[in-house]
Parts: sequence; C-alpha cells; structure tokens
Amino acid sequence: MTQTFMLDGLAIPFEDGQTIMEAAIAAGHYIPHLCYHPDFTPYGSCKLCNVNVNGKICAACTFPAMAGQTVISESEEQNRDRQRITQMLFVEGNHFCPSCEKSGNCQLQGVAYHLKMTDDHFNHQFPHREIDASHPDILIDFNRCIFCALCVRASQEEDGKAVFAISGRGINKRLIINSDSGQLKDSELTVNDRATHICPTGAILIKHTAYQVPIGDRQFDHHSISEVSMDQDSSAP
Amino acid sequence: MNDFIAQLLEANGHRKTRLLAILRAIQATYFHIPKEAITLLSRSLGLPVSHIISVVDFYSFFHSTPRGQYDILFSDSITDHMLDKQSLMNYFSHQCQVGIGQVRKDGRVSLDNTACTGMCDQGPAALINGYAVPRLDRPKIDLIAKLIEQELPLAEWPETIFQVDDPIWKTGLLLNSRLAPGESLLAADARGLDATLNEIDQSKLRGRGGAGFKTALKWRLCASEPEQERFVVCNADEGEPGTFKDRVLLNRYADWLIEGMTLASLLIKSQQGFLYLRGEYLHLFEPLQAKLAERRLNGLLGDNILGKGWSFDIEICLGAGSYICGEESALIESLEGRSGIARNRPPYPVTEGYLNKPTIVDNVETFIAAAHIAIHGGNWFAAQGTEQSSGTKILSISGDTPQPGIYEVPFGTPVAAILEDCLAEDVLGIQVGGPSGTFISNREFHRRLAFEDLPSGGSFIIFNKQRDILEIVRNFTHFFADESCGFCTPCRVGTILLSEQIDKLYDGYGSVGDIVALQELGHLLKTNSHCGLGQTAANPMLNTLARYPEIYQSKIKFPHFGPGFNLDEALQAARKIAHRDDSEAHLSQSGD
Ligand SMILES: Cc1cc2nc3c(=O)[nH]c(=O)nc-3n(C[C@H](O)[C@H](O)[C@H](O)COP(=O)(O)O)c2cc1C
Ligand code: SF4
Ligand code: SF4
Ligand code: FES
Ligand code: FES
Repeated sequence: MTQTFMLDGLAIPFEDGQTIMEAAIAAGHYIPHLCYHPDFTPYGSCKLCNVNVNGKICAACTFPAMAGQTVISESEEQNRDRQRITQMLFVEGNHFCPSCEKSGNCQLQGVAYHLKMTDDHFNHQFPHREIDASHPDILIDFNRCIFCALCVRASQEEDGKAVFAISGRGINKRLIINSDSGQLKDSELTVNDRATHICPTGAILIKHTAYQVPIGDRQFDHHSISEVSMDQDSSAP
Repeated sequence: MNDFIAQLLEANGHRKTRLLAILRAIQATYFHIPKEAITLLSRSLGLPVSHIISVVDFYSFFHSTPRGQYDILFSDSITDHMLDKQSLMNYFSHQCQVGIGQVRKDGRVSLDNTACTGMCDQGPAALINGYAVPRLDRPKIDLIAKLIEQELPLAEWPETIFQVDDPIWKTGLLLNSRLAPGESLLAADARGLDATLNEIDQSKLRGRGGAGFKTALKWRLCASEPEQERFVVCNADEGEPGTFKDRVLLNRYADWLIEGMTLASLLIKSQQGFLYLRGEYLHLFEPLQAKLAERRLNGLLGDNILGKGWSFDIEICLGAGSYICGEESALIESLEGRSGIARNRPPYPVTEGYLNKPTIVDNVETFIAAAHIAIHGGNWFAAQGTEQSSGTKILSISGDTPQPGIYEVPFGTPVAAILEDCLAEDVLGIQVGGPSGTFISNREFHRRLAFEDLPSGGSFIIFNKQRDILEIVRNFTHFFADESCGFCTPCRVGTILLSEQIDKLYDGYGSVGDIVALQELGHLLKTNSHCGLGQTAANPMLNTLARYPEIYQSKIKFPHFGPGFNLDEALQAARKIAHRDDSEAHLSQSGD
C-alpha cells in the first residue's frame, strides 16, 4: 500500500526516505524554492520552501514525508512569509536587476514575480562586496550571492573539486574560493563545470555569452517559475 | 612557523576534528591565523584552504589580521552594562591608549567587545588573552595597564586579577548531597544497568540545558541504535547571557560531572566522551584536565574502570567564541572541526550525532543529577518539584540583587520566593531563561519556575525600576544578530533588520508603522528560522511589547510618518568635506 500525506488538501503518495519537496514535485506540485535542486544533497538554507507541517513550520526540501502529515503550502500566510523572505534576500545583497545579465533567467527574480513582490519592504543593507573577474571564462559578482550553496554542492558532489565554500557568520556571511590567492583564476573551476552553471541568480556568470538571448525573450519573461521549475525538476535524472 | 605547526599537528594526532584546538594554539602564538599557517594546515590535514578560512571566519576568537599581544575583550552582557561597563571600557581605552575595536599602533594591545562571558555574578568582566578577569574597577584597570606597559607575561601577573569566585547562596537536593568518587558507578553496577536507567526514568529527570527533553528516553533511544560506536557529549557551552551555574559546577563539582558522564557511558555503552567547554571558560581547562588525570590515576576513567572491565575516556574540546555552538547539533559540528551550523533534523544526534554515530548531548547539570539519582534512586529526586518538572533547578541569579550567584530551588517555586531569597527589591521585571527565554513583569511573580510555566536553563536576570526596557531589548537583540550563524535567511537577515528597527525606536525615530513592522518581523523569525537561535531572537522584543506597549508607544515621535533618521546629522559628513557650517548647510527635521 502506498503511503500518503496531505498537501493543501490533496493526498500525495511518497516513498520512504523522500522529503516533502521530492514527493510534491513527483506528484506535480510546485513548492517555491531556491536552494533546493534535485541533483544535490538538500541544504535547507533559503527557507523559501517553508511549509506548515501539522502546525509547525518546516523546510519542505529537508523534512521527510511521513504518513498522515497535513502540509499547507499554498496559503496566504505561507506565501506572505515567502514574500518577506524573498525581500530579505533582495535587501541583503545588491540586486540592480535592470543592469544584471541574468535578468529574466534569474530564479530569485522569478520567485519574486511568482510571489507578486512589488517592493523591497525592508531597509537595504548595501553591503560592500568585490567582484572577481580574474577568470578568463567566468565572472563572480558576489553582490548577487544568496548563499544557497548550490555552487558549493555542485563543485563537491558532481565536479569533485570543492572550488567554493561559504564562510563567515551572520550577516557577514560570504562566498569564498578555494585557491591560495582566493581568486577564481587560481581555482580549479572551468567553464564546463556543473558549478559554473548552477547559480540561481546572477552571481556566477559565463563571460562572452551575455545578452545572446535578448531581455524580453528569457525564461521568466513568459513563464512563471512554477511552470519552468516543474518542467526542469521533474525531468532531472 | 613550520616547526611550530608540525609539532602542533603531532600533538593533535593530525586529526581534522582537532581543527579548533589547532587554530586556538596558532591564534595564541601569532595573535592571528597567518595565511601561511592556513596553507600549511590545508596541506597536512587534507582540508581545502576555503574550509579552514571558513572556520577562522566563523568563530569570534579567531582573527585573520593580528590582534594585540594583549587582547582585551569586555563582556557585553546587559548585566555588565548595569555595572557601568561602558565607562570602565572607555577608561581602559584611555589608560592603554587603544581605541575600542582597534589594535594599538605598536601591536601591544587591542580592545573589543565580546558576548556575555558567564561572569554576570561578578561583572563587569573581560577576557585577557582568553582568560577571565572579573570585577573590573578603575584600580584593577590601572594595574592591568601597568602590567601591559611592562610587557609582563600573563603567567606572571598577580593571580588575584584572575580570581573567579563561586558564590553559592542556596543549596538544595543536589548541592547538599555527597558523592564519593566512583560511588554512583558502583551503585549502578549493584542495582544493574537496566534498573539504573529505570531509576532515571522514574526520577522524571528532564534536560537542564533548557529544552527539557526526558533524559532517560534520550539515553534509551541512543542505546537502542544498532550502531555500536556511541558518544557521550557534555554541553558546557553555557552561552545564554546571564547563565553561569555550569561555571560553578565545573569548578566545584567536576568529579560529579565526570561521574555522571561515565555513568551515561555505561548505560548507553559508549567508550568515548567529549566535554565541550566554551572558550570563555579557558581558566577551567587546566583544572579540568587535572581532574581527568586524577581520575585516570585512580582507576575511575580510562581502561578497566574500577577493575570492572569498563572502558571510557573524556576529551575536553574548547570552543572559540560562538553562542550557537550550545545548540546540540551545532556543537557536534564544532566538535568535528567545522563552523557551528545547526544540522537539519531529523536525524537527531541520538541516531546520527558525532561522526554521524549515535550520540547523547546533555547539559552539565543533567549529568550531575543522573549521578546522584543512580545512588539515591528515582523517587528521591521526583519527591521534589512538580508533576511535569521533577527535582530542583540550579539558577544563576544576576542583575539587581545584592546577592548575585547560585541558588538551587525546587521546580515549582514561585518567582516571588526566589526574589525573597536573593533580597531583590523594587523589581521591574525578570528575564527568565536568558534572552531566549521569557521576560516577565512584576505582575507575574506568582508564576512558577517549571517547564510547564516558566522554563529556564538557569539564567535569571533581575531588573529594578530604574532600568530602561528598551535598552535591555536592544542589548539582547544585538546579541542575537552578532551570534546568528547566518545559515538561514530569516535569521541571518531578520536579526539585523530587527536590530535596526529597535535602534531606530531607541534613538527616537520611530513612527507608528514601526511597531506593526516589529511584530511582523518577530513572528517571521520565530516561525521560519532554522534553529532555536533565530526562533527565539525576537523574544525580548515580543515579550516586552506584549507587556509594556506604552513604553514602545512613548518612543514614537512621529505619529504618522517621519524620517527614519536625523536629516541634519546625515549632512555632517558633507558639511565637513565642504568646510561649511552656515545655516544653508543645515536642514530642519520635519515634525520638529
Ligand atoms: C541557540 C541555542 C543555544 C543553546 N545553548 C546551550 C548551552 O549553552 N548549554 C546547554 O546545555 N544547552 C544549550 N542549548 C540546548 C541544547 O541544544 C540541548 O538541548 C541540550 O544540550 C540538551 O541537553 P539536556 O537535555 O541535558 O538539556 C542551546 C540551544 C540553542 C537553540
Ligand atoms: S541576481 Fe537576480 S535578483 Fe539579483 S540583480 Fe540579478 S536579476 Fe536581479
Ligand atoms: S554564487 Fe550562486 S550558487 Fe553559489 S552560493 Fe551564491 S547564489 Fe548560490
Ligand atoms: S529550498 Fe528549501 S530551504 Fe531553500
Ligand atoms: S542562521 Fe542559524 S538559525 Fe538561521
């Protein structure tokens, strides 16, 4: 007999060991997320996927599915909190979307559209972060990093390299590069690495490819992140 | 440096898990963690450079640029402030000619703040090169300044400077008991190990670290794991501001604690224990090492304990300045030589803890209680306290009382009775359980100390009617922002936003919308954060806002809408650059 839990009033089947996120995606339901990616070990830092599980808020991407759970994801309350969390990510960094190459393909932006975010709500922190343009093929703009650790995981788990690490604590969190100089050019990162392509925002960009797809014709210009994400996540190996 | 690091690695068995200990030694010798050291460690430990940098970055006692030869950190607990910490720190700054947050040009001395050092009963306190210096006053600062100018090594300073007292004002069930070394182990052996665990169950002992999980249940869950390698960990991180009872227990009753941990090792069948000691308690490290050595010598620790074939040993691991490392899974990460970031749960430590092996993590007082229960039985303990909170609780009482120190009271004791014990008068309110706990007003003194009413890990800070609520809240809120591990968005960003909002109110720039914004933000942190730190970081604000809305209201200068800052002040930098100070170069605040 398959086990099920309830997600927004619908019975969702799951297998032992699956998280709420995995079971929801398998059943065709989108739960907003940024740090989750089906190919990598769940991390649970962005908290965008927070859902109400039997009255307690849990990250869907890390919390195991269990029989009899009542999970609420698409409530006004959950989406309001998600919008606030997204706004926090925006004010924490420096996100000037109109001048960002990733605009239209950025998942942070995509999620913000999806959650109908129209302002930043909170005070901007305007942190001072440098750009690393040392690598011949790859550029890192730390101003757009949301500390999702996808690049960290992709480099470790798929590329077998450990090029990135997340350092510091609290609001002084920062992404660092594993090389003696601390610069990208002295790291093992190459343009073909999975880590180079995994960033959900415009923090890691590939040089010499900018604006090949004009703004206006990009992913989230025509489709909501919920559709795009369901297509991609459920077709992943 | 090569030789120094080679020896250090040798002494630490080239173990990656010893990274914190290794970095502590490097910091103490070079006053920072030099880049070459990181490269050397990376090569010999097989850890990425970035991993080591991330650890250096995480812990507040590690620095990537040199601190002074004498590094002075003033404790920033609210109780230190109540004892005039700020003016003493300014005095120190003046006497030693070093700015706050700075290193003197000659590199001799540096000065900064640090979170509560666990000396709230004898503040204002500081750490000098990691060693606790309580009861600071001007003569003591003069002396310290002189010793620094003489460049006398710390080891040659008068011992009185570092004298830490153990003020115990009230004893109860535990502190009135006696325990001869080995007694509880023999008692457990005579009774039978299963029967002993049953007694602990019968005692209804719940964890003393704050969360109150049933100890016997935790130990049973761990013991029932199929994996045979299991660990016993004592949480002596004691970072909750206002808590210092573990400091006293570790100093006076280390034998009881080690006995409790050894007992636990028999019950869960573990051979290795760890004592995670907060870095601020460096002064206790050597005495505790000596105690362990003494017990090994007396056949109470190590191989073949008491000739019964039991084998168990304990390693002490020092923290390096991080409150979050008191959270059990962050503590385990730290024990493994990483940044203290709370793990996703499940799995819980009882199934996957240290090195992903079954592990029990318990507070100092919990192990001590268990050792006594093994001798006297469960009913002896359960005879005191309430139905849901058995036994006694050891409190650290500080703030506005003539008798700050340790008080052991039965659970269920009303707050009023505790205030009588410590002779507190004219009380405005009490922070029970530290900043992460509950702030109660003087209309709630009938409430009882108990998991079902007012839980407390031991912190009990008393405020009299002269104290400013918003200043207290501000201190606590900044504490959480400083200590957030930064892993999850709500806590990393939310604690900073919350601090900014409180500062804005405190500085008199609040407008009506701010109180609603505070409530909303507080709720978001409470429900959406990854771990207990973020979930409780808004408690000081939420608790006091519920009890004293009028205080918050009174801070609002602009009933409708107002600028969130002083316009004229913001122009100061521009005036300076332009060398202007005429009336045209000033702006008046709307609403003034
Ligand atoms: C932010 C945070 C800090 C904590 N600090 C401590 C601490 O310093 N000492 C402690 O015993 N427990 C602390 N705890 C509780 C531990 O996570 C854990 O519950 C406790 O060590 C379990 O031991 P017990 O069952 O004996 O109480 C903390 C929890 C959180 C969330
Ligand atoms: S990373 Fe995304 S959100 Fe940030 S600036 Fe670029 S498009 Fe905007
Ligand atoms: S660079 Fe991109 S992928 Fe890496 S942590 Fe930052 S946002 Fe995530
Ligand atoms: S997607 Fe689950 S916490 Fe980020
Ligand atoms: S950053 Fe540690 S609780 Fe969120």
